[in-house]
Amino acid sequence: MKRIVLGLLAATAMCLPALAADVQPALLYDLGGKFDKSFNEASFNGAEKFKAETGIPYVEFEVSNASQRDQALRRFAEDGRNPIVMAGFAWSEALSKVAADYPDLKFAIIDMVVEQPNVKSIVFKEHEGSYLVGVMAALASKSKKVGFVGGMDVPLIRKFGCGYVGGAKAAGATEVIQNMTGDTPAAWNDPTKGGEITKTQISQGADVIYAAAGGTGVGVLQAAADGGRLGIGVDSNQNGLQPGKVLTSMLKRVDVAVYNAFMDAKNDKFEGGINNLGLKEGGVDYAMDDNNKALVTDEMKAAVEKAKADIIAGTVQVHDYTSDDKCPY
Amino acid sequence: MEFIDALINILNSTIRVSVPLLLACLAGLYSERAGVFDIGLEGKMLAGAFAGAAAAAVFASAWIGLLVAVLVSIGMALVHGFASITHRGNQIVSGVAINFIAAGSTIILGQAWFQQGGRTPSLPPEARFGAINLPGADALRDVPVIGQLYSGLLSGHSLLTYVAFLAVPFTWWVLFRTRFGLRLRAVGENPAAVDTAGISVAWLRYRAVICTGILTGLAGSYMALAQNAGFVKDMTAGRGYIALAALIFAKWKPVPAMFACLLFGFLDALSIRLQGSPLPVIGKVPVQLMQALPYVLTVILLAGFIGKAIPPRAGGVPYVKER
Repeated sequence: MKRIVLGLLAATAMCLPALAADVQPALLYDLGGKFDKSFNEASFNGAEKFKAETGIPYVEFEVSNASQRDQALRRFAEDGRNPIVMAGFAWSEALSKVAADYPDLKFAIIDMVVEQPNVKSIVFKEHEGSYLVGVMAALASKSKKVGFVGGMDVPLIRKFGCGYVGGAKAAGATEVIQNMTGDTPAAWNDPTKGGEITKTQISQGADVIYAAAGGTGVGVLQAAADGGRLGIGVDSNQNGLQPGKVLTSMLKRVDVAVYNAFMDAKNDKFEGGINNLGLKEGGVDYAMDDNNKALVTDEMKAAVEKAKADIIAGTVQVHDYTSDDKCPY
Repeated sequence: MEFIDALINILNSTIRVSVPLLLACLAGLYSERAGVFDIGLEGKMLAGAFAGAAAAAVFASAWIGLLVAVLVSIGMALVHGFASITHRGNQIVSGVAINFIAAGSTIILGQAWFQQGGRTPSLPPEARFGAINLPGADALRDVPVIGQLYSGLLSGHSLLTYVAFLAVPFTWWVLFRTRFGLRLRAVGENPAAVDTAGISVAWLRYRAVICTGILTGLAGSYMALAQNAGFVKDMTAGRGYIALAALIFAKWKPVPAMFACLLFGFLDALSIRLQGSPLPVIGKVPVQLMQALPYVLTVILLAGFIGKAIPPRAGGVPYVKER
């Protein structure tokens, strides 16, 4: 008996290095759920693309409350999953503990900076993308009043709002009505409240409304379409949610970030550190497709393209709210 | 004029936000007045919203959606009834179980049926309850104040909104002017007396929880078919609990329940409106304060500062016939 156990142990020990050399990617979603048509869904799409191209399967986990984070992450780490990619700033606390305990594993976190040698932090310059959709919103608006609906009230979402205000004001909007859905993670998934906020903003005169609110945004776009106004989507291309009623979407290429993190690990090129992806790096953009072609005039497109070129060239600097917790616009 | 417009907008928003609260609150009223505590309002609403949205999506009809929502909610209510009336289980535990079942099963079934991560497909206009314009609303639009109130505030809501507000006098009439209502209240206060009079306590309580099921089904339908266009996971977002708070706040009476729901809805609407825009004298009001007020008010009430909230005496106690 003893010999069998020893033999098994030896066999396992021999297998382990072989396993560790392979990639066994893992993806952890944030609250709001995998199919939020927005942020989490974008990361899911990136992982699916990787799977389709390489044939390497990945494991995934959806947290349903905050207390699961540490546990879920630790379990994947114990299983030797490598790399482990987390979508969402809220993972940072759990990650900074776990990453230190597993120095041999590679981690990547989206939307937050965790300074550990084995962690790749991917952040986006959402303010630049939001600036572009702000420009478009102001040009499409007849009342020159535009709206912004954020999800949970956190600096990250204020960063979206601030860039949007900057773009809208630069393109001639007189007023930007800003609302946050709430102060708890439930604010990422409350389309009813989102819709109610949108109706209120419409009654205050806003006719283009930008939703940066995860699953709540579905309600915002719905209410904007019901009220005969225009919505602007976020993260994923949401133009198709209400065809002809969504002006554009602020694309945040979370899918590309997840795909690259998986690919780098596969090609053994994975490096820790901070990646800050803006317009220049193709990390953010605005969406054009058949659904919104009729809404965007050539004039609007030209103005947005000019703003984009200016930001890339550095002649226009969009203020980053998270740099000083202030919005100068 | 601008002030009146702003006021009408806030009141309109109040009504829209209050309707699911009001329906759920009245639902709780029937059950709790009959002596069955119901913490599972949230779950029944959620199940109703999902069933309504799913049926409306499949059959492209708001009415079929409404019917299915009500049936499913009644089913959930009967489960609660079966556990707590027939089997004399703990009503709180059973209610919490209902909430968990609803939260989990809606997502799983939604994913299995529609493959959209627990979401139902977006509903077309014919599968939703649209706004109803009351007669003469357009003609009166320009009459100052009265016309504005009529066309801006009273008109232009969905059918379920009118049903919800009509349910208030109806509930009052049922509870206080019918034999069924008298017995229902009696069974919540002193079931032994009702039993002595030769009336089945269990059957009465079952009828009360069926009423609860119907109303929570309406509340869920309103959320999925009128306010939104489809089901999204956890879309009730705690409204069932606020409805319970409103029920306690209203001391288990129908008309005060309506005012409590309107008050809570008004606070919600106001918090949306005032966010980021300072008031003349007070300055910026923190949104968090507004959002916490319903709970704070309920706690103050329970502590005995605004009158006294006495629950039905037999509430939460399963009825055991003496042998």
